[in-house]
Amino acid sequence: MQQLKKARLLLEDGTIYEGTSFGYEKSVSGEVVFYTAMTGYPESLTDPSYAGQILVPTYPMIGNYGVPVDDERDGISKFFESDRIHCKALVISDYSSRYSHWNSQKSLGDWLKEQQVPGLFGIDTRALTQKLRDCGAMTGKILFDDEDIPFYDPNQDNLVAQVSTRKIMEYGNGRYKVILVDCGVKNNILRCLLKRDVTVKRVPWDYDFTREACDGIFLSNGPGDPAMCEATIAHVRKALQGNTPIMGICLGNQLMARAAGAETYKLKYGHRGHNQPVMQPGGTRCYITSQNHGFAIDERTLPADWEPLFVNVNDGTNEGIRHRSKPFFSAQFHPEAASGPVDTEFLFDDFIKAMQDSHE
Amino acid sequence: MKQIYKVLLLGSGALKIGEAGEFDYSGSQALKALREEGIYSVLINPNIATVQTSEGVADKIYYLPVTPEFVEKVIEKERPDGILLSFGGQTALNCGVALYKSGVLEKYGVQVLGTPVQAIIDTEDREIFAYKLAEIGVKTARSIAASSMEEAIAAVEEIGFPVIIRAAYTLGGLGSGFCSNREELERLAASAFSYSPQILVEESLKGWKEVEYEVVRDGYDNCITVCNMENFDPLGIHTGESIVVAPSQTLSNSEYHKLRAIAIQIVRHIGIVGECNVQYALDPDSEDYRVIEVNARLSRSSALASKATGYPLAFVAAKLGMGYGLHEIKNSVTKVTTACFEPALDYVVCKIPRWDLNKFEGVSKLIGSSMKSVGEIMAIGRSFEEAIQKGIRMIGQGMHGFVGNATKVKDIDEELQHPTDARLFAIAKAFDEGYSIDKIHELTKIDRWFLQRLENIHLLKEELSRFDHETDVPRELLLEAKQYGFSDFQIARFTMKDSPLSAHEKMLRVRAYRKSLGIFPCIKQIDTLAGEYPALTNYLYVTYNGTKNDVEYEHDNRSVIVLGSGAYRIGSSVEFDWCGVSALNTIRRMGYRSVMINYNPETVSTDYDTCDRLYFDELSFERVMDIVELETPRGVIVSTGGQIPNNLAMRLHGENVPILGTSPESIDRAEDRQKFSSMCDALGIDQPRWSELTSIEDIYRFVDEVGFPLLIRPSYVLSGAAMNVVSNKDELLHFLELAAEVSKDHPVVVSEFIEQAKEVEIDAVAQDGEIKAYAISEHVEFAGVHSGDATIVFPAQKLYVETIRRIKKIARSIARELNISGPFNMQFLAKDNDIKVIECNLRASRSFPFVSKVLKYNFIDMATRIMLGERVEPLAKSFFDLDYVGVKASQFSFARLLKADPVLGVDMASTGEVGCLGENYYEAILKSMLSVGQRIPRKNILISSGPMRSKVELLNSTRMLMEKGYAIYSTEGTAKFLKENGLDVNVLYWPDENREPNVMEYLRDGKIDLVINIPKNHTRRELDNGYKIRRAAVDYNIPLITNARLASAYIYAICRVAPADIAIKSWDEY
Repeated sequence: MQQLKKARLLLEDGTIYEGTSFGYEKSVSGEVVFYTAMTGYPESLTDPSYAGQILVPTYPMIGNYGVPVDDERDGISKFFESDRIHCKALVISDYSSRYSHWNSQKSLGDWLKEQQVPGLFGIDTRALTQKLRDCGAMTGKILFDDEDIPFYDPNQDNLVAQVSTRKIMEYGNGRYKVILVDCGVKNNILRCLLKRDVTVKRVPWDYDFTREACDGIFLSNGPGDPAMCEATIAHVRKALQGNTPIMGICLGNQLMARAAGAETYKLKYGHRGHNQPVMQPGGTRCYITSQNHGFAIDERTLPADWEPLFVNVNDGTNEGIRHRSKPFFSAQFHPEAASGPVDTEFLFDDFIKAMQDSHE
Repeated sequence: MKQIYKVLLLGSGALKIGEAGEFDYSGSQALKALREEGIYSVLINPNIATVQTSEGVADKIYYLPVTPEFVEKVIEKERPDGILLSFGGQTALNCGVALYKSGVLEKYGVQVLGTPVQAIIDTEDREIFAYKLAEIGVKTARSIAASSMEEAIAAVEEIGFPVIIRAAYTLGGLGSGFCSNREELERLAASAFSYSPQILVEESLKGWKEVEYEVVRDGYDNCITVCNMENFDPLGIHTGESIVVAPSQTLSNSEYHKLRAIAIQIVRHIGIVGECNVQYALDPDSEDYRVIEVNARLSRSSALASKATGYPLAFVAAKLGMGYGLHEIKNSVTKVTTACFEPALDYVVCKIPRWDLNKFEGVSKLIGSSMKSVGEIMAIGRSFEEAIQKGIRMIGQGMHGFVGNATKVKDIDEELQHPTDARLFAIAKAFDEGYSIDKIHELTKIDRWFLQRLENIHLLKEELSRFDHETDVPRELLLEAKQYGFSDFQIARFTMKDSPLSAHEKMLRVRAYRKSLGIFPCIKQIDTLAGEYPALTNYLYVTYNGTKNDVEYEHDNRSVIVLGSGAYRIGSSVEFDWCGVSALNTIRRMGYRSVMINYNPETVSTDYDTCDRLYFDELSFERVMDIVELETPRGVIVSTGGQIPNNLAMRLHGENVPILGTSPESIDRAEDRQKFSSMCDALGIDQPRWSELTSIEDIYRFVDEVGFPLLIRPSYVLSGAAMNVVSNKDELLHFLELAAEVSKDHPVVVSEFIEQAKEVEIDAVAQDGEIKAYAISEHVEFAGVHSGDATIVFPAQKLYVETIRRIKKIARSIARELNISGPFNMQFLAKDNDIKVIECNLRASRSFPFVSKVLKYNFIDMATRIMLGERVEPLAKSFFDLDYVGVKASQFSFARLLKADPVLGVDMASTGEVGCLGENYYEAILKSMLSVGQRIPRKNILISSGPMRSKVELLNSTRMLMEKGYAIYSTEGTAKFLKENGLDVNVLYWPDENREPNVMEYLRDGKIDLVINIPKNHTRRELDNGYKIRRAAVDYNIPLITNARLASAYIYAICRVAPADIAIKSWDEY
């Protein structure tokens, strides 16, 4: 067996996990979070919402199907969710140094090295997950050799500003013009809109879209604490005065809530996985959703003209809100999936319908 | 939906290939769900050894055949409001569909709960099914239905070879197969048509990946996939014959979710309410797919998925059938979160089938599109290497893992291309020979990822082999080996090559060294949510890929460990699961912590609700020791899991593990032939003359002394492996070769074989050497038929009182001598009043559930109380007082075992059993025979009665048949004999005679309703002819009996008991 470099994961509470490096060799720090999805590491790693985080998949064997060929379609990567890996590091139990898939061209380790992201394997990720579950998400650092670096808490930073697009970009040529506020948007949101006869104008997170004519406004997902996005919240607050349909996903959901006047708070360890059940209050339909969030809306603080759209069946937390009379709604989970189940993609249809209705 | 108060559940009957213990598990779960709802449950299942047919599971139990005729009578009597059809496999489903079509369900107002029958029919008829899927744009394999040979040939002309042939409405791919030319097509199609009026000719997708999803949908249209699974073996090998992993390993997110979404779409479109399995073929080079099959019921895969994920599919499906929504049911592991979710696994499971093809004469060992395996195991690990190596050991056929086996592979390429049950070891051999992954992939089409992982094991073996002493292996490497699932035994084999120590001693050395380096396994929990929420159940496995235990041990001396019975196989199946579950129940009731170790996903004992702690792990010395060291139990029970735990007793005892009940030394005295024999001599107990011999000369000397026939077997026997009766020198030499191959370390045992002797068994429980409860039963067949295949009558009806008295006396003296505390079983030969002991097991036997249920007294409960130190009173009830009779009959699965000769012998061949009660012997015989697939003949019976002895035996019964108006057909010799005795029968010519009317033609044309063919051990020609008749009977699905005593008993039964007179009585009504 080839000799691989050892490295440590040190948590802020002092716990040390010893592992072996299979990615880029560089000490890093970030918020350590676990996610329970069993597939989709290329999608998750490139999801900007993971910016600043050290990712711990609970599924033990990672890298099995390698990393897909990076093709583009309509100016968007076909298989990745953004142009690069966003998480700080990847910590797993068992690494497939060799891979097998018709659509892959390199190993996960090679990709991490190329993107200068560290990866550790040989860690009891179940024990680590239980620790994070019991003590809450915490900061941690991956250390090589005798090096030490300070702990870094990404939630103190405006991560959105780091991952948002710097320039305005246009996609597609459809019937509906949608302004997409990019707080760290996943490509599949773009794909889901584009296949529904939409022209997307992707704008930076702090771009003032309120004076522009459009059919709909889309608030994207993104990393970190929603309270950091004051600029976006101010613009949304203004948009809520009007009647242009607005849809939000994940961070977009929290921004919508804050703009409406509700509060958000940090969950103990968040929801990250492909198996989160949500229901509409009072309904009988339950949807399995893909999720990735550390913050949530405090439902008790919702103003009177707003109502919960979805709740999490497991822990009762809010999973989406809507305005009682205007065409504004948002979901805490990811109807665009990628990765994860596609059961709630119909929400995009609802958005299109809202735009259609507001034309009539 | 009307209010439901009483529900009828159909079981699956005897275990058979393609329909095994998984339905005991699913039925038990459904009954639990009914009970929770306060619904009165009625169960029909003749499989008396199951847990579901035990007290306290269903409210009413009928040990009756699951056939439309009997079920209708039960419905008429019980008047249930609802019926559950999807928990008893294909047997229950087919029966339910028949009752629906004949209007019986409607007539009695019985509502089908769960998936509507029409939806089931839609999935079962492949043409409708393909059409339904096409409606929603879902792709199925190109397929054309054919109702005649001409249509089949025309279909192939359209699709082109190779094609797959499938028969509609059959169990686990019966009558299915690949054909690549006209000749193969004609042969297969003819056979398939005998099972089903319609066959399917389909495009072949050989080499595609096979992926399955388990889907659940409720009446509110909530729909989830609980588990997906990927077959290690590509399409072309039946999923029941494949190694299967969960979750899928080589599918990208987009593939996984594409197939998931389609599965949900299908299930919604068909209208399933409950559980459904969707099987796909997935192109290994694109995202192209085909739906292969949809099973609208609980299945083998769903049982596996339940165990793989911790999600109780059957329980949930039953609740959904009663109208609940998924969101209204709680996750039974966390008890907090909802059942409307999809489990996240943080481990991998690996299912491996267990074959017993060695047990059959003439059977083809190739594995393919039809199922031959008799059981399966599931191994859990946190790497594929760990899981598969554990799994290979669990299979229990002497393999130590992927590497380190003394296997011989004749032709690696041939084996890789045309797999048999030994394919994995051919892959190991291929690595040894330097084959590349690409080359192995080319030959096998197994995904490279699996092969890469297997090669990791091979490479690590090479690395270990560089060391000459275990203590030279560096910690890092040793740990890595353990993480790759290497057992201490394997490590010893690679690193202690020159050591003179015994295998067990070497293993202990490795163990000690490993522990000195601080390398210990850890215990992880299966919690359905990958650690996201705390789990309240203790469903556990052992892994080296981790550093922290999920369990905090109490060390309070209150744990009692029960060792389970492992994979279902010929000789050990659901009956030992019943024993284990009974022991667990008693342990719990007595206030101890019940702990189970077992790894068979088809069982109830591996349901985490059954015990306080379940270790879903190996029953090896190493693993049991690991668990014992953590649990520090009050004791370990080795006597309720059959031979696997029994064989561990001495070694565990050697490490000072407290074994509850009879002492391991006593177990050894009973197991070791020599020791047992001297004990019998000392006690004045007679045994057939025998000798343990190591040379041919010694054997000849023994032959001169005792004469033929002789029984030959290796010294440690499990259900008669390689055991055989020989009647002359040629046969003797032939079987000696076979025996030598089974076990070189053990000499051959040769014993006198007594013909025309009755076989009698005693099942008993003793305390401190004193018998507290016993049951004496007799075999219908004469000795020479393995006790596992024999038809057993309890209470014994035809024994001399003197015989019974002597047997009791012998059992008492042995119980006393061995100071037995717990269950034991002895088998005897009785000829006149001469009694000889042939077998003694100081553990529960196969017949414990049967006698316990007939007697309505749980022997295992008593035995467990004794083992835990309670003083028990002797059972007051005597079997002489019973005014009814129980008959246990065996189920054979020859139809699945292509080419196997369906005869009974000293080696066990049955895959399952039933037990029925009757007012008298003949009624009980009839019910039990009908339960194992006999059908009362309409008109024509073929009798070919073999040797003179059986001709005489069958004379009276043949006369009775003729008086009843049956037409008897016979082969020449038999006809001649019968005519001489005044019976005018019709002659059919032998298969090898080119004369008409020929027996083969009658069989093929379905003119015969019952075949009685008694094998003769004389000329090759007769053997061949007999074989052809027997095999044709099996292949054309005609009931067959091959034993004269059984045939005679059955004929008496059909002549004396009219179908209308069969009592429809539940267990409690006897």
